Amino acid sequence: MEGELLGVGMSALADGATVILVLAGAFFFLAGTVGLLRFPDVYCRLHALTKADTLGLGLIVLGLTFQVGTWPTRILLLVIWFLALMAAATVCHLLADASLRSGVEPLRGGPKSGEAEHQAAS
Amino acid sequence: MSAFLTGVALFLLLNVAAGLIRVVRGPTQADRMLAAQLFGTTGVAIVLLLSQATGEPALRDIALIFALLAVVISVAFVKRGWVRKAGSPGEEEVDLGG
Repeated sequence: MEGELLGVGMSALADGATVILVLAGAFFFLAGTVGLLRFPDVYCRLHALTKADTLGLGLIVLGLTFQVGTWPTRILLLVIWFLALMAAATVCHLLADASLRSGVEPLRGGPKSGEAEHQAAS
Repeated sequence: MSAFLTGVALFLLLNVAAGLIRVVRGPTQADRMLAAQLFGTTGVAIVLLLSQATGEPALRDIALIFALLAVVISVAFVKRGWVRKAGSPGEEEVDLGG
């Protein structure tokens, strides 16, 4: 699978790195989803999604770079991640700004009031 | 390796399905938009994993398009689909309803 860079003995090492990195990425995706479902208000959820998910994507992309054969493909993968990184930062700012302008109050004063608000909302 | 990557892709698909709960519960429009954002990022990861698992290089280009479209969707949502409070500061007042 690995052409010019790694020999036959290194192939198992590359597979191991892929498994570890992809599993770590999947964990961060799980963390992002749990944050989306459990956090009390829209700003907290933005925080969970745009950071954890982007990190998860980065780890998965990094894991896959050990599997692809050529450098142009590796660079394409990294470009995709870079684009997702820029997208997450932009979208996070836009949505938070729009929420604030439209009158959604950020949560203040500890988790207790937030939980009450959360239950009232759902 | 192919089976492992497909398994992780399935796991991420379950993540997206769980994110649908947030679309149902809301409570604000932005919360529902967040679920779409989850589809964007997770969808890119799923397509990349499947591309490697099936040996289909064209899927990487699809992932690139997914990453691009996720931004466009959110920008369009913020610019056009947002229900603004009357008199709130903004460059233009847009009210297209829920």
